[in-house]
Amino acid sequence: MSGAAGPGRAPLPCAARAAAALQLPGGAEAARPGVAVIDLRFPRGGAADVHEIVFKNFYTAFLSVRVQRAGPPGPRRWVTCLRDHRLMPSPHTEEGSQDYFSLRHHQMLCDMEQVTALRFILRQPSPAWLHFSIEELQSPQKDFPSWLSQLTPPEQPASPHGELPDPEKVSTEVQQMWVLTEVIRARQAAARIGRFDVDGCYDVNLLSYT
Amino acid sequence: MLDPDSGLSLTIARIVRRLQGSSLHSQLERQARVSLHKPEIKLESLKEDIKDFLKTSGWEKKLQNAVYSELNVFPSPCHPAAPPEHMKEPLAYMRKAQGSWEKRILKSLNSMCTELSIPLAQKRPASEQKELLNKWNEMGTDEPDLSLFRPVYAPKDFLEVLMNLRNPNYENGEQPSFRNHLGLIQVPLKVKDIPELKEDFSELGLNTGQLGIDDSAQVPPEFFENEHVRVGQKVLAEQDSAAAQQYVRQGCPTALRADLWALILNISNQPEDILYYEQLKSNVIQYDLLVDSLIYKDVKLTASNDDYYFVFEDYLYQVLLCFSRDTSVLEHFTYSSATPPKSYIRGKLGIEEYAVFYPPNGVIPFHGFSMYVAPLCFLYHEPSKLYQIFREMYVRFFFRLHSISSHPSGIVSLCLLFETLLQTHLPQLFYHLREIGAQPLRISFKWMVRAFSGYLATDQLLLLWDRILGYNSLEILAVLAAAVFAFRAVNLMEVTSLAAAEAVLADLSTLKVMPLLQIFLFATVT
Repeated sequence: MSGAAGPGRAPLPCAARAAAALQLPGGAEAARPGVAVIDLRFPRGGAADVHEIVFKNFYTAFLSVRVQRAGPPGPRRWVTCLRDHRLMPSPHTEEGSQDYFSLRHHQMLCDMEQVTALRFILRQPSPAWLHFSIEELQSPQKDFPSWLSQLTPPEQPASPHGELPDPEKVSTEVQQMWVLTEVIRARQAAARIGRFDVDGCYDVNLLSYT
Repeated sequence: MLDPDSGLSLTIARIVRRLQGSSLHSQLERQARVSLHKPEIKLESLKEDIKDFLKTSGWEKKLQNAVYSELNVFPSPCHPAAPPEHMKEPLAYMRKAQGSWEKRILKSLNSMCTELSIPLAQKRPASEQKELLNKWNEMGTDEPDLSLFRPVYAPKDFLEVLMNLRNPNYENGEQPSFRNHLGLIQVPLKVKDIPELKEDFSELGLNTGQLGIDDSAQVPPEFFENEHVRVGQKVLAEQDSAAAQQYVRQGCPTALRADLWALILNISNQPEDILYYEQLKSNVIQYDLLVDSLIYKDVKLTASNDDYYFVFEDYLYQVLLCFSRDTSVLEHFTYSSATPPKSYIRGKLGIEEYAVFYPPNGVIPFHGFSMYVAPLCFLYHEPSKLYQIFREMYVRFFFRLHSISSHPSGIVSLCLLFETLLQTHLPQLFYHLREIGAQPLRISFKWMVRAFSGYLATDQLLLLWDRILGYNSLEILAVLAAAVFAFRAVNLMEVTSLAAAEAVLADLSTLKVMPLLQIFLFATVT
C-alpha cells in the first residue's frame, strides 16, 4: 500500500491494510455498502508531522480523513481533519476517477503534528462501480520546493526625477545585463533539427509491437 | 488535483521552458538589444524602459499570443506524482484499449508490407529524385498502380472498437438497467447536457448576430454584417490571438478568415518556417515511404472524387507527404493517448540507437484523412502556410478524432454526447431507430470523425470550423450531428431499415449549419 517513493517523497512508514468495507454485524452475504476504511498506523507507536498526503484515486467519490495524535496518555480521540472532500465531481461518471490528488495541511481542519494514526474513510454512493479505493498513498516529508512558492518580488519603479543615479546601482544593473547576454549566447537554442533518419539511413524493417 | 498556486507555477515553468530557445525568444532579445540605442531607454530604468518599448512596438502582443497558444494546446499540468502516461490519458483501461487498437493497425501495415514485398521506407534513386522534383507541382497527374494497396482502416472499423470499449470496474450487467446505455457507447464519461451547452455556446444564442444567419440576402447588411466586418478588421490590426478567438465565435467574414485563423493558431509564416517546409520537401524527394502510397490512395479515393475539392489534389499531396516526414508532430504525443509506431533500422533489430519512428511523424493515415486538409485549400494558396495551418489544426483538434481517450473533445465523448442529446431530446426517434436496427451513431460517426468535411457544403463547413477554433473544442460536432437528426426527424420516423435511414441522411450538402445549431440549442422546447 506504500507505493514507490518519488523525489523528496517518502512512503508513509506505517503498516497499512487494504480498504475494509463497512459491514453490518451479522450480515450474511457481502453487501456493497459504498463505504470503506483504510487505517494507517505508524510502527512502534511512533509519530510524525504530516505536511501533505499524496494518493491516486480509484473510483472513490468522497474522502474523509481522521487522525489520532500523540498527546497525554489516556484514551486517544479521533479528530476529523478532512470532511467529505469531493474527489469525483459526478460520482456516476469517470471524471476524477483515476486522478492523482494532494491534501495539504492548509486544507485540514486541525493540526497535523505528531500524528500516530490516520484513518481514510472512502465513500462511493454510486452503485455503478464494482470496486473503489485509493492507491499509492505517500507523504512527502518536506515542503514543496521553496522556489515554486516564491513569487518574484514586486519591482520598485525607479524614480525618474531624482538626481544623478547611484553609480553602484547602475554598474550592478549593467553587469547583470552583461551576464544575461553572455548566458543567452552560451545557451544552445532548442532548435528542432528535424532529422528522422539515423546517420543518413532510414531503411526500416517491419514495425515493432513492443 | 493541484491547488491553484502550484498549478500556476508549474504552468508558467512549462511555458517558459517551451518558449526559451524558440525563434520568438531570439527575436525579442534582438529587439531588446537594438532598442538600447534608442534615446528613450535610460540606464537607470533599463528594465522598465525596455518593457515599455516592447509593449509599444507590438512585441509584447506577439509574446502574449505565443503564451495564449501554449495554454490552448497543452492541457493543465498534471500532479507531480502522476507518470507521463497519465497526462496522455488518465484512465488505465482506455490506455489499454488504445494500445490494442494501435497493435492491430501495426499488424495490418506489416502484413501489407510483407504481402506486397515493398519496404516500409527506402531511399529514392537519383533519377527518381530528379523526376519527382520536376513534377512536384503536378503530382496529381501521376497514375501509379495502387490497386494492391488498401487503407489501413476506415472509420467503421474504429467504431467497432469503440462499441466494444468497456470499463472493467463498471457494472456492465447482462440485465438491462439504468447503467446500460441505450446507444452504442457503453462507457460512463461525463458529457454536457443542453443547459450546460447553452451556457458554453452562449455566443450562438438567438440574440447574438451570427454569420451564417444574419448575413443572408434578406437581412440588410447594416444590421450586423458591416459592423462585424469592421470589428474583424480591427482585431486583425491589433494582432491579438485571444480577441480573434472570441471574435470568430460569431463567424468569420470570408475575406478575413485566412488571416484570422492564422492569428488564432499563431502562424506567422516566418522565413525559418518556409525553410522548414523546404527541408520537409527535400525529405520527401530523398525518401520513399510506404505511407506515401496510402496517402495517394486516400486522396484518389476521397478528395479527387469530390466536386468541391478535386481541384486541390496537387496541394493535398504537397501537404500530406511533407506532414508524414515532420518530426515536430511527435511533440503532440505527450498529450495524445496515442503512441507513435516504432521500428529499427534494417539489421539492427533491438538496438536502441537504431530505433526510429515510422512514419517520422508517428501518424498513420486512414481512409478519409486527406479530407482534413482539403477545406483549408480554399483559404491558403501558399504551400508552406497551408502546411503550417494544417499541422497546427491537426495537433490541436484532429488527432482527437481518431484516438481513444476520455478527453471531452475526444471521439468517445463526442459519440456519447451525440447519443445522449438525441436520446434526451428526441426519445421517440431514438427508440424508433434503435428498434429498426439503425443505431443513430452508425450513421453520424463518419460525419464526426471527418469533422463533417466532405459532407457539408464548403462555406457551411468553414462556418462550422470557425466555431471549433473559437471555442477550442470539438463538442460542436456532436451538437450539429444531433441537430441534423432533429431536422430530418419527420422523415426518419417513417423509415424501416438502416439502409433507408442512411438514404435520408445521405446528402447534407443543402443544410445550413448555423440555423440548425441555433434551433437545436436555443429554440427547442426541453
